[in-house]
Amino acid sequence: MADLTGIPTMNHLTTARIAPQVTRSHWLAPLAPRSRFSLRAAPQVLALAGAAFGVAPSEQACRAVVQGTRAALWLSPDEQLLLGLEADTASIQADLHAALGKAAYSLVDVSHRQTALEISGPNAADILNGASPLDLSLAAFPVGMCTRTLLDKADIILWRTQHDVFHIEVWRSFTDYVTGLLSVIAREYES
Amino acid sequence: MTQFRAAKGGRIDRSSAIEFEFDGQTYKAHPGDTLASALLANGVHLVGRSFKYHRPRGLLAAGAEEPNALVGVWRDSARYTPNLRATTVEIYPGLKAESQNRSPSLKFDRAGINGLFSRFIGAGFYYKTFMWPKTAWKSLYEPTIREAAGLGRAPTQADPDRYSNRHAHCDVLVVGAGAAGLSAARAAAAAGARVILCDEQAEMGGSLLSDVHTRINGLTASAWVASVLQELKANPRVTLLARTTAFGYFPHNHLGLNEKLTEHVAAPKPDQPRERLWQVRAAEVVLAMGAIERPLVFPGNDLPGILLADAARTYLQRYGVKVGSVVAVVTAHDSAYQTALDLHAAGVKIAVIADTRAEVSGDLAAQAWAAGIRIQHNSTVIGTRGKLRVTGIDLGQVSGSNVQPLESIACDTIIMSGGWTPSVHLHSQSRGKLVWDESLSAYIPGQTAERTRSVGSCRGIFGIAASLADGTKTGAEAAGTTSSITYEVEETRLANTGFIGALPQPGGKPGDKAFVDWQNDVTTKDLALAMREGFESVEHVKRYTTNGMATDQGKTSNMNALAFLAAGLDKPIPAVGLTTFRMPYTPVTFGSFAGYSRGELFDPVRRTAIHDWAQAQGAVFEDVGAWKRARYFPRGNEDMHAAVDRECVAVRQNCGIFDASTLGKIEVVGPDAATFLERLYVNSWANLKVGQSRYGILCREDGFVYDDGIIARLAEDRFHVTTTTGGAARVYAFMEDYLQTEWSDLSVWLTSISEQYSVIALQGPAARRVLEPLVTGVDVSAQALPHMGVVSGFICGIPMRLFRVSFTGELGFEINVPSDYGRAVWEAIYASGQPHGIVPYGTESMHVLRAEKGYIIVGQETDGTMTPDDVGLSWAIGKTKPDFVGKRSLARSSMHAKDRKQLVGLRTQDPKLVLEEGAQIVDSPGQKAPMRLIGHVTSSYHSAVLGHSIALAVVRGGRARVGQTLYVPMPTGDIPVIVTSTVFYDSEGAKLHG
Amino acid sequence: MLLIQCPYCGPRPELEFAYGGQAHIARPLKPADLNDDEWAAFLYMRVNTKGVHAERWRHARGCNRFFNALRDTTTDHFLAVYKTGEARPALNTAGGHS
Repeated sequence: MADLTGIPTMNHLTTARIAPQVTRSHWLAPLAPRSRFSLRAAPQVLALAGAAFGVAPSEQACRAVVQGTRAALWLSPDEQLLLGLEADTASIQADLHAALGKAAYSLVDVSHRQTALEISGPNAADILNGASPLDLSLAAFPVGMCTRTLLDKADIILWRTQHDVFHIEVWRSFTDYVTGLLSVIAREYES
Repeated sequence: MTQFRAAKGGRIDRSSAIEFEFDGQTYKAHPGDTLASALLANGVHLVGRSFKYHRPRGLLAAGAEEPNALVGVWRDSARYTPNLRATTVEIYPGLKAESQNRSPSLKFDRAGINGLFSRFIGAGFYYKTFMWPKTAWKSLYEPTIREAAGLGRAPTQADPDRYSNRHAHCDVLVVGAGAAGLSAARAAAAAGARVILCDEQAEMGGSLLSDVHTRINGLTASAWVASVLQELKANPRVTLLARTTAFGYFPHNHLGLNEKLTEHVAAPKPDQPRERLWQVRAAEVVLAMGAIERPLVFPGNDLPGILLADAARTYLQRYGVKVGSVVAVVTAHDSAYQTALDLHAAGVKIAVIADTRAEVSGDLAAQAWAAGIRIQHNSTVIGTRGKLRVTGIDLGQVSGSNVQPLESIACDTIIMSGGWTPSVHLHSQSRGKLVWDESLSAYIPGQTAERTRSVGSCRGIFGIAASLADGTKTGAEAAGTTSSITYEVEETRLANTGFIGALPQPGGKPGDKAFVDWQNDVTTKDLALAMREGFESVEHVKRYTTNGMATDQGKTSNMNALAFLAAGLDKPIPAVGLTTFRMPYTPVTFGSFAGYSRGELFDPVRRTAIHDWAQAQGAVFEDVGAWKRARYFPRGNEDMHAAVDRECVAVRQNCGIFDASTLGKIEVVGPDAATFLERLYVNSWANLKVGQSRYGILCREDGFVYDDGIIARLAEDRFHVTTTTGGAARVYAFMEDYLQTEWSDLSVWLTSISEQYSVIALQGPAARRVLEPLVTGVDVSAQALPHMGVVSGFICGIPMRLFRVSFTGELGFEINVPSDYGRAVWEAIYASGQPHGIVPYGTESMHVLRAEKGYIIVGQETDGTMTPDDVGLSWAIGKTKPDFVGKRSLARSSMHAKDRKQLVGLRTQDPKLVLEEGAQIVDSPGQKAPMRLIGHVTSSYHSAVLGHSIALAVVRGGRARVGQTLYVPMPTGDIPVIVTSTVFYDSEGAKLHG
Repeated sequence: MLLIQCPYCGPRPELEFAYGGQAHIARPLKPADLNDDEWAAFLYMRVNTKGVHAERWRHARGCNRFFNALRDTTTDHFLAVYKTGEARPALNTAGGHS
């Protein structure tokens, strides 16, 4: 019997179609696969989950909290996107179910639902603003801010991880579009 | 250089000469010229033919308001831009421009004869004349009119250029960088605000760039502009956008700006976008759009060589160009005196200053007297002379209501000024009110509807000192503070006078060819005719005469038309009303609006994890929403029908594999998950055991079928809900609506998992044998996993959710695996299926297979007016449930009427004949239109398995008609059809449960 | 494009929102108790206000929350936003800038 457990994930889209682009003005690249969970619950249950996950989720809207290899992104008052190492998928799930027990919550594995890209460099915000209608000034969109939003015609999660580094989560079938769009926008910074 | 280039002055680079072409002839220019200034420097006034009468036309203005000089600029065969105003086209080496709307040449134009017949083609001419016969409009009248009356031609090839888009935010957006705009931006920036300052021209400074007399803080006006721009450039919170037109003001201070990036560049770099669309969200907006000089309306006022006085001054002081040798000045405003003096100083002979006013005081008039320039008061113009260029002016003398001819004066140029019209376009676009200012004879901004402020001459504040003070105060206010900045200004003060309407003519007649709207060829006679024919509302007159409806949107014509109407109707101007200003302020290219949305990026293309495999197998794809789905997999020379026949037979006899990944999938989790589904779907869910699934129907509150899909219970509190491919997003939103706004008492959450899983449908008698060797941790036998059973396990070591379901009527499985593994698992199944004759099949075969079983597709068998019972699904309704979405509507008596359209099967007598989907159905042959239509065909295919065609249809009272013959009327005649059950294949379901 | 204050995420462009129609129309707890006219009124009858309109919006491309807003339909100015389930707020002064 074939055993496919060893095959690399993200074999289909990202690595096949998109080579990292390193240029003078920016860096656009797919990020490594990781485990992703959509955690839904009332705030007090979210806090309980945070203890088990190792990241206390933000109570402030649109903020991500990072702890070691894990991150919790506020997406909605009752919704956190949990990110961790791909290898930790099973243990994260088990730990959370154990910690939350009978509480009312929803934990759904969405590791493969979306892919992640990173765009960085001095023009990263300008390039994003080619398609993002948000105010990406540091005052309006500080480091640590995250939100679901639109990048032209695609839904994304936009997360500013550093001054000039943005992490983008995108549903996998929109990865080509988002990457293509950012690459086209970025072209004007190359000359 | 040329005769008309002034000896000195202007902002052009005289050290460098460049060549350009206009209508095939080569001319010389300097960097800094516009096409207009360069042509004038070469003595060329004749630049176009008018829209309707093909009258020779010259430059009227020096800016964006130019109505006449529309030209086409040619870079290569794919880069031809028509309808550009020569006044805004910057010269670059090798620029090639051509005039428009003339044949064969500007100087000899065949259609110029329209001018001779012009008395017959006045306002409403087209409406009145080309009415009959009706058919001639398309074949004769319209093409002929379009040929004769027109703008430039469109380019013939796709636009190869790139267009950029940028969203931006700021505290204060300042539109216009003249005295008021610069001082406003400076004051706002000084307060620490994030400022964007845009200006449509290549250089910022507005009228200050052609002002050689005014001193600001001891500097010349242009030196002051340079110092302010330097200061603003050094401020990182200020963005300066030259060549950028604010063309539209949208709700909540959202403005559209069009920035021209390469129009002025001889050889743009390939990566450089041609234009950039800025979408600016501004906390506060300061409009400093300036004012536009008003032309005077008199007979023959459209000859080449007749232009606005301020334009003449701009050409002289900014571009170093003299507009003529002998100039007659006609004016109602002091500012033309300054132009006359400047021209005089540059060696141009001023033949006369004909002033409409009875008396003129002030420094400029005195200076003109001192310079020996003849000034004629109480003047009017009763005619002009010349054909392709003005050669003389006929003055009249006004005395009371009496006009007497005075004399003819030879000249090669006439410059005119009727005073100034504030540019209230963007204020008006923002839904701000306009108020009539009697002292200015102008509309100025009144109450605002957005956070916007107008400053300087666009709100009737004229003069440099006043504009600077206004800009400073308002710019600071917009930034939420006050400013202590002051300016020392030395300038000549001008009286705010003007003339509006048509200059008086002998006998009170409108006079011949007194143009109000140059671009649309509207004269005072046209307006008078409209009034005589009963058009009194300005909106009606505008549409009847087309005044103000050209690409310049009446920038130079609207106020004169309004005043002429008011005089004719004997009403005050404000009582006549004002037409609405609409975006765009000046024309914007389609490319700019399209931005990146072209080619591959026009719309997202969604592909499944298995897409590339299907493509490598030669699959033909179809678009389903944004998804690409494999429609069929042709082998050799197969066409679609051959491929589908083969695929269907293979599935029925052996085994087929199908990519169902695009199905919508929602994980419904929480203690109240079952209750939630119970309330939402028509079915019962409380009794669904873990490890089972059920076909669910979702209705809207109006009782009509909205979506369907398989719903599996994975755990007491966890359901895996599938939706149709197209319904995924709207079903999710529909669910969230009920959950958040009606049933907040429920502890349940929805998570889209559509893209988390690749879904591989394995269907056919051999499906179990193909699957069995690949799975671990699950028993896929008929006993352990019966039809509609669901189990979790592993396939090839990959975790899966395995559904025993079928949309084909065969033994079937749907294997859900995390998407990254989708293709590898697919290939493993395909390999395992080789000994069993497995074939990949596409959406077309899927449609045939399900239709053979009478399974509906929501959106194909349903159209938003079908109840579950209409499509034969009343068995699915949980009869004992007290409520579900749509239940109350289904209880209405009309929902049970016997003549409702019901889903049935249809068979044709000719087994080869496949009905057309959408074809109508009648109950008797030979009906004449209007026929009594009783239904229509919803699905129709050839069934290779059954050896005949099959169709599904909705027919009034259809279930009671089984066995009846009905008719499908087609152009070739009525096709008799027999009404059957919807199930054509394996009606006992033996294969399904195998 | 409107700028809409999401009560959870702050001001966001209209692109991120889906309009949800008139607010404060509660689904009857027992629809079966309504006669056809009453049910039709619930299902179809909506006001077409010129002036202040209470309406639902969903931050569909953001936090995904439904909320309510008071919008002046003559000016498009938002006068208030409030969470689903909260009462319609009283307005001190209507009109003015958003």
